[in-house]
Amino acid sequence: MHNKTLSELSAGLAGGDFSSEELTGGFLARIGKFDGQLNSFITVTAESALAQARAADARRAQGQAGALTGIPLAQKDIFCTDGVRTSCGSKMLDNFIAPYDATVIEHCNGAGLVMLGKTNMDEFAMGSSNETSFYGAVKNPWDLKAVPGGSSGGSAAAVAARLTPAATGTDTGGSIRQPAALCGITGIKPTYGSVSRYGMIAFASSLDQGGPLARNAEDCALLLNVMAGFDPRDSTSVERATPDYSAALGNPVKGLRIGLPKEYFGAGLDPAVAQAVEEAIAEYRRLGAEVVEISLPNTALAVPTYYVIAPAECSSNLSRMDGVRFGHRCAEPQNLEDLYKRSRGEGFGEEVKRRIMVGTYALSAGYYDAYYLKAQQLRHLIADDFKAAFEKVDVIMGPTSPSVAFDIGARSDDPVAMYLADVYTIAVNLAGLPGMSLPVGFADGRPVGLQIIGNYFDEARMLGAAHQYQLATDWHQRIPHGFE
Amino acid sequence: MALERKDIKNIAHLARLAISEADIPEYARNLSNILALVEQMQAVDTSGVTPMAHPLDAVQRLREDGVTETDQRDHFQQIAPAVEDGLYLVPKVIE
Amino acid sequence: MEWETVIGLEIHAQLATTSKIFSGAATAYGAAPNTQACAVDLGLPGVLPVLNKETVRMATKFGLAIGATVAPRSIFARKNYFYPDLPKGYQISQYELPVVGQGYVDIELEEGGSKRIGITRAHLEEDAGKSLHEDFNGMTGIDLNRAGTPLLEIVSEPDMRSAKEAVAYMKKLHALVRYLEICDGNMQEGSFRCDANVSVRPKGQEAFGTRAELKNINSFRFVEKAIDYEVERQIALIESGGKVVQETRLFDPDKGETRSMRAKEEANDYRYFPDPDLLPLVIEPAFIEAVAATLPELPDAKRQRFMEEHGLSAYDAGILTDSRDIADYYEAVVTAVGGEPKLCANWVIGELSSYLNRDGREIDASPVSSVLLAGMIKRILDNTISGKIAKEVFDAMWAGEGDADAVIGKKGLKQITDTSAIEKIIDEVLAANPDNVAAYRGGKDKLFGFFVGQVMRATQGKANPQQLNELLKRKLEG
Repeated sequence: MHNKTLSELSAGLAGGDFSSEELTGGFLARIGKFDGQLNSFITVTAESALAQARAADARRAQGQAGALTGIPLAQKDIFCTDGVRTSCGSKMLDNFIAPYDATVIEHCNGAGLVMLGKTNMDEFAMGSSNETSFYGAVKNPWDLKAVPGGSSGGSAAAVAARLTPAATGTDTGGSIRQPAALCGITGIKPTYGSVSRYGMIAFASSLDQGGPLARNAEDCALLLNVMAGFDPRDSTSVERATPDYSAALGNPVKGLRIGLPKEYFGAGLDPAVAQAVEEAIAEYRRLGAEVVEISLPNTALAVPTYYVIAPAECSSNLSRMDGVRFGHRCAEPQNLEDLYKRSRGEGFGEEVKRRIMVGTYALSAGYYDAYYLKAQQLRHLIADDFKAAFEKVDVIMGPTSPSVAFDIGARSDDPVAMYLADVYTIAVNLAGLPGMSLPVGFADGRPVGLQIIGNYFDEARMLGAAHQYQLATDWHQRIPHGFE
Repeated sequence: MALERKDIKNIAHLARLAISEADIPEYARNLSNILALVEQMQAVDTSGVTPMAHPLDAVQRLREDGVTETDQRDHFQQIAPAVEDGLYLVPKVIE
Repeated sequence: MEWETVIGLEIHAQLATTSKIFSGAATAYGAAPNTQACAVDLGLPGVLPVLNKETVRMATKFGLAIGATVAPRSIFARKNYFYPDLPKGYQISQYELPVVGQGYVDIELEEGGSKRIGITRAHLEEDAGKSLHEDFNGMTGIDLNRAGTPLLEIVSEPDMRSAKEAVAYMKKLHALVRYLEICDGNMQEGSFRCDANVSVRPKGQEAFGTRAELKNINSFRFVEKAIDYEVERQIALIESGGKVVQETRLFDPDKGETRSMRAKEEANDYRYFPDPDLLPLVIEPAFIEAVAATLPELPDAKRQRFMEEHGLSAYDAGILTDSRDIADYYEAVVTAVGGEPKLCANWVIGELSSYLNRDGREIDASPVSSVLLAGMIKRILDNTISGKIAKEVFDAMWAGEGDADAVIGKKGLKQITDTSAIEKIIDEVLAANPDNVAAYRGGKDKLFGFFVGQVMRATQGKANPQQLNELLKRKLEG
């Protein structure tokens, strides 16, 4: 059962092959059996999951089931879930029982999806390896020595290990795509504004975007159909009819114009990763796509630009964590300043503190123009690069990450090296474009991801291109050893 | 741009973060490295480029004036560290 | 040395919306602590702001009323600082691009004439909560009901040169926001608050002196007292060789002095940046036009009209346009009476105002409505009662004894207009006072008043004064 895709599970539930309760019980059993090795869940909500499953079965009995009713999934622990701890991977929110549901949670509940639990993540989504979590590092199911990527590392590892058929994630600089790549699964970050940010704990508001992680593009489309949609509670939510993300899955690749940015294939790219990506491109050629080289000249500026904008926004977004209304509060504060400083000093981990400090500095008097304003100008140039490219091509392809999953601890002493590894994913967030990653092979036994970047609101075409590839290949069906 | 001990202390104070004296050199090193990375931005001439605050060229949506929220004080204060008579408690604020 | 005072005011007007600027929580005053603080107001993790349309409409209205440009595009920014009444650790405000640009109001000067006071800008922002300093076991209590209440911050140019001018400006804006119905103006409840930037400079010097920001001056009286105190303090300081430091000072109404707020001025680095949760506020010309169409007649225009069309004095017109409620009341009386604006104005400014003052009532709570007052004035005009009797009728109406006709009927106050009845009484008075009649006819004209008084006494004041005058004159001369 655990190897079935969402659409297969949907068909199985509809055909009465198994109930949601059985299905949910099966996945809960797998979590119990395997998650000790992976640490991909922060909270498992077994009891409420079974209750939701029974409710889904009842709904089905009444003939009111939707496509995903009764299917289990895992929620990244960044989405507020009423009555359930929502920690965001931080000691700061270790005691935070969210008093309301995020819009994404409401949508999932409305569709009858069953929440298995809340997945592990880098603290406040700040990290690319899942090592910054207060709840400990997550292991990569393909190699337990390796990181799963981050920040949605728990979601990616859980999907890859078949502990859940799908999961939600969020992506601020690559946090869906990079762990999807490193764990050999499929994940998509839609166009900024497609998925409501209400109830999704903010890291960098102008970059954050929720999206699905699943085993293939078809499943991502199904889950994105549920997650996306206009939300009046989010001012940045796009007011347009929710598209059918599954609509173009059947479209042939023939004639698709694929742009390969030369900057994505230069120095720093692991040759073994390059080879797997090039083979994937070759497959697209065989499927009839036209491949052209393009240029995104400001690519190298994306990381510096991002590391001003994201920390600046996070420094402000995280100010509400002050030990007054919720969250960690230090013992016996001597005065107000002591309350703030110790609650925050104790509640936040090192990487979060670093970024808050960088952002605070970048916004402070005398530096605003040189840092923040400059970064916003560069952001414009970076977005313009993509705009020009999409006049010539339908989609852009390249590696998701310059290397495969690295070993846990290998980069923890050098934040900058870790930041630079996000070079291919970060620009997409700055521009607000949709981007996805799908598995296209292995290097040294660890998965390689192909990134597809689309034009604004062109997710259906991207998902279609990925699906056509997945019809022709079987990388997405590989199962990590030990989790069969 | 290399940050010094006093810079780190200033920033930590602005951000209301308690950091131990022993950790300051490590913060100074890491933050300086990050700022060095960020410095690469200065190589580009951006004169005349409009700053981009939002990915989408959209405008603020407006909500009709009307009360849509009900009192949930008890629910919200269940997760509060210290409350009394419906008030959140903090160490004495001196005006 | 002669000194000149320079004053600029920052006024925070709470906008009279029913819900908050960025959330759907109620703004009503006086609710139990934190019962009107929703998830957004509390700054819970994950919540987001959505702008209340009414606040934009109100800001636009204000902009139009002060002759300012309403910005076609303005930006919300975060002002970052930590304080317990500021739940998110930042206040959503407007910084570089405010919704209302430069405008002005004209104030009337005590010495006559008027003066134009520039308004630099007005911007939308959210209010903070309240810290309650009563002791909770050595702790301070935080009530966030007020957090997120919409404010319009109105920043003036440093154009005022005395505390009196500052008060006149503040009163002008106070009347204006209530005319526009964008703020209830209730200063006790903090709906209309004022900070003053005060400095002094030697007369003739162009450069401004160092200014102090005075806070907590939330009544017209306090503004005047606080500024006067502060000006004297600064002059005394400079003249004794000291220097004014730029600081925030708190006005203590009990002691009538300002004192320096604890040195929390250290590095006030607010780290303003555009709020990424909110998009640019774009106000289309059509929106502005629609708001312009709802703009009421403004105090200055109304005053002018009362002078030109109603023939009122500048003083009377000024009093009647002090507040929109008074002006509306007055105009309702004139309309119901069908003219006679001067007589109507006299009754509103005179009897009505003094009764309101005596009982400490606002005009909208007057027991004598505009309809009642107009009914009474009509009885003066149709000679049913005299102006003097009318005061008795007014008093009875105030006491709730019914309308003018009921009071007149019940108390028998109807004027005697029957010529023969008046003549009869005159005859009796003249017959009873032959000596005075002779004296009058002998040239003592002053005795005329005596005869009037006698007739009035005999009729309990009800004889029609004009008729009485004419008949008496004829009889005495005849």
